[in-house]
Amino acid sequence: MINKVVNSVEEAIEGVADDMTFMLGGFGLCGIPENSIGALSQSGIKGLTCISNNAGVDDFGLGLLLQKRQIKKMISSYVGENAEFERQMLSGELEVELIPQGSLAERCRAGGAGIPAFFTPAGYGTEVAKGKEVREFNGKPHILESALTADFAFVKAWKGDTAGNLIFKGTARNFNPMMAMAGKITVAEVEELVPAGELDPAQIHTPGIFVQRIFQGKDYEKRIEQRTVRTRE
Amino acid sequence: MALDKNGIAQRIAQELQNGFYVNLGIGIPTLVANYIPQGIDVEFQSENGVLGMGPFPFEGEEDSDLINAGKQTITTMAGAVFFDSATSFSMIRGQHVQLTVLGAMEVAQNGDIANWKIPGKMVKGMGGAMDLVASAENIIVAMMHTNKKGESKILKKCSLPLTGVGCVTKVVTNLSVLEVVDGSFKLLERAPGVSIEEIKSATEGDLIIEGEIPEMKL
Repeated sequence: MINKVVNSVEEAIEGVADDMTFMLGGFGLCGIPENSIGALSQSGIKGLTCISNNAGVDDFGLGLLLQKRQIKKMISSYVGENAEFERQMLSGELEVELIPQGSLAERCRAGGAGIPAFFTPAGYGTEVAKGKEVREFNGKPHILESALTADFAFVKAWKGDTAGNLIFKGTARNFNPMMAMAGKITVAEVEELVPAGELDPAQIHTPGIFVQRIFQGKDYEKRIEQRTVRTRE
Repeated sequence: MALDKNGIAQRIAQELQNGFYVNLGIGIPTLVANYIPQGIDVEFQSENGVLGMGPFPFEGEEDSDLINAGKQTITTMAGAVFFDSATSFSMIRGQHVQLTVLGAMEVAQNGDIANWKIPGKMVKGMGGAMDLVASAENIIVAMMHTNKKGESKILKKCSLPLTGVGCVTKVVTNLSVLEVVDGSFKLLERAPGVSIEEIKSATEGDLIIEGEIPEMKL
């Protein structure tokens, strides 16, 4: 077995530097790599390009890096719910590339799967299609989208083993598996790290081959963005 | 009387057919799940990675690892499944989802829809809407007929940046049910007590009105 374990988040982010491109898993605040984001915020590196479906909220998730002006460019599909983000974007301090969510997911998957580009119908006839090749398949126009990769991908799983195999919980899976594939160095943080052999190989979502470093995360806040409930009758 | 948001959702729920997989957008579309007709079995897909979405959890049973695409806490039904975002959009682009219901800021008579950006004012992003409208065969828009200033949102041509072109099949508003046919809006139904004149004056796009227009049955 190839052992992927590092002993701390500091060790996990070793090698991060100014002006790098990162991928960060999560949908809203669900399944985000909280420990890694905290350490990146502490590290003070800047000029970052961050590929992430959302940009966190003002005081949590990627909002922490935005607050400290560490991010130069965001590549996302939806960036509401973050006032500081909106301010930086409208003032021009922050460069933002918005892309359809399905195209974002597939561009990450393609990056990890060795597919340099693909055609999709999403975004045809909109701003998203500007400057992109259009080709008709089965009588319907499609646009050419290119693969995305990153210097580091930061993902978060529920359980992981020392070989880097990952299992996600509920809807916290979202972008994490594709981003794990597309990182030159993929750092996985897990709620529970177990010895190799303890996870059922048939139940693993992300094979350890895609993960370079894994560590036991701690102090998870797992904040809920929209708490919606129904009352008992 | 014009419908409220729940009324719009209730009317759209009548479009559900047995065995449909359905994606509901944020806002009014989410309410459709409250009005599933009796005897109809459908499953709701949420693009963040769940099929078989159930109602909101009881207080105290919220799970931060279990949300819908609106980031709201949810539950799952028997037979539910979780998956990653690439698989989720394979279901959507691959046309495995039979019905998409979403909100809009503007709809045009050629089926164009705008719902993601107001230049210089509001930029939240398109989320999954562009993938959904580009692929789905059956797209119903749930919206108010006019904006807060009373201006029509049912237009000849969209003025805002587009989300998709020529994709909308049906529009259900607080005043009417409209079908997009040959570059016009065909009036199918009126909201209870709403006159054809009211609908005409609230609609900027071309309306086709043929014969008696029935009231919606809610």
